[in-house]
Amino acid sequence: MAFHEISLTVNGSLEQVRVPSNLTLMRLLRESLALTGTKNGCSAGECGACTVLLNGEPVNSCMVLAVECDGAEVITVEGLASDGQLNPVQAAMMQAGGVQCGFCTPGMLISARALLDRNPDPGEDEISEALVGNLCRCTGYIRILESIKEAAKLQATRA
Amino acid sequence: MKPQTHPTLPEFDYIKPESLAEASQFLALHPDEARPFLGGTDIFVRMRDGFLVPKFLVDVKHLDGTDAIRFDPLVGLTIGAAVNMNRVIASPEVQKYYPLLAEACRSVASYQLRTRATIAGNLCNASPAGDTIGACLVLDGKLQIHGTACPRLETLSEFFLGPGKTTLKPGDIVTAVSLPVPPGGSAGTYLKLGRNKLSDLSIVGVTVLGSPAPSLPSGFRFRIALSSVAPIPLIAAEAEAALAEQAITSGSIHAAACLASEASTPIDDVRGSARYRKQMVRNLTEMALNQVWQKLQRQDAGR
Repeated sequence: MAFHEISLTVNGSLEQVRVPSNLTLMRLLRESLALTGTKNGCSAGECGACTVLLNGEPVNSCMVLAVECDGAEVITVEGLASDGQLNPVQAAMMQAGGVQCGFCTPGMLISARALLDRNPDPGEDEISEALVGNLCRCTGYIRILESIKEAAKLQATRA
Repeated sequence: MKPQTHPTLPEFDYIKPESLAEASQFLALHPDEARPFLGGTDIFVRMRDGFLVPKFLVDVKHLDGTDAIRFDPLVGLTIGAAVNMNRVIASPEVQKYYPLLAEACRSVASYQLRTRATIAGNLCNASPAGDTIGACLVLDGKLQIHGTACPRLETLSEFFLGPGKTTLKPGDIVTAVSLPVPPGGSAGTYLKLGRNKLSDLSIVGVTVLGSPAPSLPSGFRFRIALSSVAPIPLIAAEAEAALAEQAITSGSIHAAACLASEASTPIDDVRGSARYRKQMVRNLTEMALNQVWQKLQRQDAGR
């Protein structure tokens, strides 16, 4: 199998790695870069636990080849906080009690961040629609949805 | 095969050609071993499940001009093969002239999947359940294809041969989907019956586009496409013809819905039985036609 030398920026730092063709972005993050916040759930693009930002847009990282990310910018859940301050989506998730077992949380946070980036003041339907691809098997959806409403408010006060 | 709790992709070589010519040449040279891919949202799943084991995956996302979406008031819309569905949904021209296409794209899976999913990929995958296929059919879509010979244009209604089978030959790459400007005053809807409200594959899908057509006896032209109820995405031609001939009433709409149901040849599968699907084709077609008819009448009254 072919290997490829690629470089990509992950959470602001430049990474140069050698990857086989069939390595997914998810496995690169978790196994090579030890960024285990990104979770492996279904490996089929359905559960959203592996969601990361690729060039600013959310993707299921289990459905992206690492080699496709040459020159790309990736943000994982580890890259959401900055200067020791939690991202509004993280702070609001804690305050609203949107975390139960926590497995879906990183993907939820990334989808929430992406939503607020394209729409800083989303309505209830827009929030639900943005989270269609993130499954929570503890079924704590109500508090997750509430936390994103709170995050929008928190982000507005910080700005 | 050893059991894997974290299924990985089988081994293959990733190929990133520099040009369309190089890509077509490579694909034609390895007809049984190489497959082109765009977002990979279908192919990766089928590879993990062991249904596909290509030796080469050829990335055709970055090739000449496939990343652009263009609108021309005379020619219509040209969606480059690599343009993802979220970009289609967000396009002001799509929202204004092709709202049916945006509606169909929005029904696909989730936002993060649509960052990768493309309309060209959905068409080439040729699943009878493909959510955007109905909209592209009723909007008279054409495919721009680059092959080893001259680039060519293919009519979408003649493109599908069976589940996963199209007229594409080794070396052919769909570079864009073109849709003419719909007739003024058109209205459409896509009714998708899934096992849940959002994100699932369809059990039955019905796409309807209606347009004023003074030259027809009924004064209106309806286009009807059905998904997940035949080996290929189906155009309900008899139902369309019936609605062109007779005045549009609740009776003629019901009769057309029955014709659509008769034209469907669904199978039993995990998502629904053939009998249920046939009945739902009738119900959903009637519902979709009524919705579109109401929209057309509202537009007429507002004029």
